[in-house]
Amino acid sequence: MTARERIAGNVAGYVDDRTGAAKWMKKNLTKVFPDHWSFLLGEICLYSFIILLLSGTFLTFWFDPSMREVVYEGAYEPLKGLEMSAAYASTLDISFEVRGGLLMRQIHHWAALIFMVGIVVHLLRVYFTGAFRKPREFNWIIGVGLLTLGIVEGFLGYSLPDDLLSGTGIRIAEAIIQALPLVGSYLAFFAFGGAFPGEAFIPRIYTVHVLLLPGIFLALITVHLMLVWYQKHTQFPGPGRTEKNVVGYPLMPVYMAKAGGFFFIVFGVTAFLGAVASINPIWLYGPYTPGQISAGSQPDWYMGWLDGLVRMAPPLETHAFGHTISWNILIPGLILPGIMFTGLALYPFIESWATGDKREHHLLDRPRNTPNRTAIGVMALTFTMVSLINGGNDIIATTFHLTINQMMWFARISIIVLPPIAFIITKRLCLSLQRADRDLVLHGRETGRLVRMPNGEFVEVHEPISPEKAWLLTSHEQLAPLELPEHDASGVRRPAALKNKLRNRISRAAAVAVPKATETERRELEGHH
Amino acid sequence: MKRLSRLRRHRAAGPILLIFALFTIGTTFQVASAVNNDATSVADRSVTIEEGKQIFLKGCSSCHGLNAEGGQIAPSLIGVGAASVDFQVATGRMPMADMSTQAMRKKPVYNAEEVNALATYVASLAPGPEVPGEEALNYERDGSVAEGGELFRTNCAMCHNFAAQGGALTQGKYAPTLMGVEPRHIYEAMITGPQSMPVFSDKTITPEEKLSIIKWIKAAESEPQLGGAALGRVGPVTEGLLVWTLGIGLLIGVAVWLAMKAR
Repeated sequence: MTARERIAGNVAGYVDDRTGAAKWMKKNLTKVFPDHWSFLLGEICLYSFIILLLSGTFLTFWFDPSMREVVYEGAYEPLKGLEMSAAYASTLDISFEVRGGLLMRQIHHWAALIFMVGIVVHLLRVYFTGAFRKPREFNWIIGVGLLTLGIVEGFLGYSLPDDLLSGTGIRIAEAIIQALPLVGSYLAFFAFGGAFPGEAFIPRIYTVHVLLLPGIFLALITVHLMLVWYQKHTQFPGPGRTEKNVVGYPLMPVYMAKAGGFFFIVFGVTAFLGAVASINPIWLYGPYTPGQISAGSQPDWYMGWLDGLVRMAPPLETHAFGHTISWNILIPGLILPGIMFTGLALYPFIESWATGDKREHHLLDRPRNTPNRTAIGVMALTFTMVSLINGGNDIIATTFHLTINQMMWFARISIIVLPPIAFIITKRLCLSLQRADRDLVLHGRETGRLVRMPNGEFVEVHEPISPEKAWLLTSHEQLAPLELPEHDASGVRRPAALKNKLRNRISRAAAVAVPKATETERRELEGHH
Repeated sequence: MKRLSRLRRHRAAGPILLIFALFTIGTTFQVASAVNNDATSVADRSVTIEEGKQIFLKGCSSCHGLNAEGGQIAPSLIGVGAASVDFQVATGRMPMADMSTQAMRKKPVYNAEEVNALATYVASLAPGPEVPGEEALNYERDGSVAEGGELFRTNCAMCHNFAAQGGALTQGKYAPTLMGVEPRHIYEAMITGPQSMPVFSDKTITPEEKLSIIKWIKAAESEPQLGGAALGRVGPVTEGLLVWTLGIGLLIGVAVWLAMKAR
């Protein structure tokens, strides 16, 4: 035993005597994580959240969340002598007077955008691979909660500097609150402490932005990760991988090094963007006053689809009993997002209800093997993409010399027409890919080598695929559709007949598949060749 | 006193006084004639009008009518003034290349002299806003950047965007970018209200305020890219595009690399 090992052993023994950590560490440091690039997407969110905490703390040292009116006397000449809120002036000071302040502001904002992008791509991976299935439904709901809170948190951060762009955003948020029937105007007065814009809103959202929501985030992220730890990570199907094991590398040292390194890379990419690309240049926007607005006012991208929905809404209003209900804001601003987020959160339960599959799943699906789920996902994405594009319709119109009216009508029509088309095309594509898989298993790989037979016939040589590949292509199970009884033994309609009929129907749609190649079929063909 | 009277009788007093007098008269004349230079003599002016009319008949009359009275596809030019002609023709918007929704800025067809002749001809039809002279456009001296920015955000940003990059209007019309536009043309646009733009008369925005706006636009034009690449100065759309391409692209690339099995 060398001296170094003896010292390390003594230190470890000292700590273990007092904490009893050795047993716990031994168990958990050898925990195995499966290796796949898409399993690192969630880590992007975690790391950018840490960056957000650090850079945000730096910004609070100088930011003054106050609507007190000040006269700007700072370094930025084009705004000198103008009256503005202390919030805006202090953001200017962070940008131009505080050493490294602008870089920190830009890192904070880029990290926020990356955080939201990370959440979305992570969600898409979890969705399309079916990782949300039992026992992970709660974690899925926590994830949807994090997405929703992320949108709110991002919007509040974007609103804090009280510049012309963010003030416009707050104005729209106020309009959406006001659109609530009956209570809307009261709620708006409550939130703003009086009429818009008032002096209370910025200090209030500051507290929510730096204290309440980050606290909730920390709690939810902790539970999210603890559940992953406890339930173990899902893995893609492959040889040797079953529902009962996890194939991968141990946390210590391999995964620890990879994950730790990835943190620095996420930090590096964020810092790189913060250093080379301008984001939210509030000095160009100017201070907010309700009498001003800029062409092309946009929210950040994660709100862009909401803005796009509001932009395409036709002017619908009803007047009844002395009240006005603005459907043009209520539907795109509250009702549609409400339906979308509820549907997203409940999706695991809806799917298991529809397919009748209540078993645990730790092996992931290949998206092609669940055509219905994949098609629903692409349908929802298409809907969101159309509205997101419409959110930037003015910028797109000037860039590509289009008319904004045509863009809006395109969006109005395609938001109804394109999602179903996307569903059908995706489902067909999935089935075609299944068919290709089946052909690959049964007939092998096309080598491109042509051989002329003695009788003059030309044939292409097919090579059998490896057993591993064949396993990957055939190991998934294909669910049979539900056949819930609509009538009881004596032929009388059951009370739940309608429900059962619906479930049968949905599960039939979900079970549509190209029958995968079986071993017998394969043998048969091999004998034939 | 004694000293003054001695200097008065100095030998050089006479010549110095003479030089001083000549200098004063010469400068005064120079300034006076500079002012008068704009107002050419009646004879010159009528020649210019005649030239302008010839250019007009060749290049403009097929749409605007032989006497600039307008037609079915083009408005009357009687009373639009020299400023309007100078703006439309010197920025290349007129003559129009095609009858699309809006006349685009392009390479001017006529040179400065021809534009001047056309403007003089149209101005001779009826009085209208005049082309502002050099002296009236001294925005560096007479304008204030901060005030100009405030006026710009109140009156102009709603169409031209917060950083004067331009923006979309209805039915394919647009407010063009103001980057690289001559101060004279910005001024003329404000007093004549070309195409979809409203007229900002001297009562709405005083001449000094107009100069402040121009000064702010010029400051925005020459402002260095303070936070790195400006991404077009159109707000969050390009930022979102960058994060969804370069940002997440880099991170996923690294993730793929990290998850590759070590060989």
